[in-house]
Amino acid sequence: MLAIKAKGLTFKYAEGDEPVIRDVNLEVEKGELVLVTGPSGCGKTTLCRCFNGLIPHFYEGELKGEVEVCGLKVVEHPIHKLAQHVCMVFQEPENQLFCLTVERELAFGPENLGLPREEIVRRVEEVASLLGIKHLLDKPPYELSGGEQQRVAIGAALTLKPTVLILDEPTSNLDPKGAKDILSIVKNVNKELGITVVLVEHRLDLAAPLADRVIVMVKGSIALDGAPRDVLVNDLVEKVGIGTPKLVVLYKELLRSGVKLRKVPLTVQELEELLGAC
Amino acid sequence: MIKAENVWYKYPNGALALRGVNLTIGRGDYVAILGENGAGKTTLVKHFNGLLKPSRGEVLVDGKNTKEFSVAELSRIVGLVFQNADHQLFAESVRAEVLFALRNFGYDVDDAEERVKQVLAMLSLDGYEEDSPFTLSGGERKRLALASVLSYEPKVLVLDEPTIGQDYAQKVKLAELLKRLQSEGRTIVVVTHDVEFVVDHIPKTIVMSEGRVIAVGRTEEVLTNDEVLAKASLLPPIIYTVTRRLFKVSIPEKVTSVAKLKELILKKERCG
Repeated sequence: MLAIKAKGLTFKYAEGDEPVIRDVNLEVEKGELVLVTGPSGCGKTTLCRCFNGLIPHFYEGELKGEVEVCGLKVVEHPIHKLAQHVCMVFQEPENQLFCLTVERELAFGPENLGLPREEIVRRVEEVASLLGIKHLLDKPPYELSGGEQQRVAIGAALTLKPTVLILDEPTSNLDPKGAKDILSIVKNVNKELGITVVLVEHRLDLAAPLADRVIVMVKGSIALDGAPRDVLVNDLVEKVGIGTPKLVVLYKELLRSGVKLRKVPLTVQELEELLGAC
Repeated sequence: MIKAENVWYKYPNGALALRGVNLTIGRGDYVAILGENGAGKTTLVKHFNGLLKPSRGEVLVDGKNTKEFSVAELSRIVGLVFQNADHQLFAESVRAEVLFALRNFGYDVDDAEERVKQVLAMLSLDGYEEDSPFTLSGGERKRLALASVLSYEPKVLVLDEPTIGQDYAQKVKLAELLKRLQSEGRTIVVVTHDVEFVVDHIPKTIVMSEGRVIAVGRTEEVLTNDEVLAKASLLPPIIYTVTRRLFKVSIPEKVTSVAKLKELILKKERCG
């Protein structure tokens, strides 16, 4: 079952001269965790906007090709219809949160769907405990730390029970521990709830070990698409200027000096297993 | 160049963000400020250009007590690039954005135009002169915010989270640019969470936690100090972690670079 399908997808913003994404062909299975990366300006955010309908319903421009989310043609369905299937979390949670309390924030989506009160209460409860933010329910979002705010933003998406969750650089404003926490929450949401995740990230060292698949975009097109190890070890990753994780750099350096490890390490533990303690 | 003496700061809502910060940043220093979210890093650097004035204690910038000078006067010396570029950008075009500060500081038109050209090229923003800042990508907007500050060549450059939203290539370029600015004698302060960027590029590190400075020193020393790292919610540099776990017997030095680690592994392989 496909969660996302794009065929020959090309988009040019109304004010732009050239397409920002070009001929993107992509199929994401339900339940996959897909990491999307690429140099800044390569079209990652624009691609995400095509999945939740902000393109073409909010951002005007010229869209060619096809894009479907959960079997719905994005072009033919308004944003609020799509929002029941696909939700997006942005880089800056402070640009996304606006209610007076965390509880209201989490309830906002389902309220707008016109769900019965008990169902809303149930969803808020469930999501708050899954994300560990129950103790924050009465607090105003603007008093929370960046990591807490980002959890609330994810929570506000989850109460809509989406099939697909899109996160556009959700950790970029967080300290390293906060980033790790958010990413493990994302992994958890993917595994426990079976939600399909499209994760846009520059922090490959933290995100790659969690992903089923890594997609590298360059100048609006998909340049690489495959298992994390296969993609990250590709020389193209270095060439286009995405940071190859240091462990992968080490793997390649060792290879150059004639030491070939059995596989490309993505975590410290894997490297340890590959080399054995000294 | 910058001296903080027992600086306390309380926000109007009562939150105590700085609790007795003492700190000296020398002329020509290139230093990182790290710490967990809410440690007071941004609050501290806002004191450097007088945006905030200490509730108690003093901040001296180039010998000037910030309490006695306006933000306009101090920003001439200390250029602050904010974390969220959207809080800084407002003009209708990229060119106008950079021109704004230059005009305020009284540069004549021709000189200003020339500076705009140079600084946009330096930050790979040439070609976007007439675009609206809000059509730029997040990473490009951050570079534009940096460009508008760089254009008037402040002696001290403070960047709050400059690597956010920047891909690796841009980070490398930024690192090169900052190094060049330092070699020209400028003082550079980078507030960041990006431990790997600091370990690869910035020689000195200050760590803050709960409104205080808890460590100052050479980056390799500070970022391999477990106690400091734990207190500030920082993860140690990945190569250091690997080295420590691979080489259980102590190795004479603290290894934080891929090249060094590779050397150690090859040596070990040769010995079988």
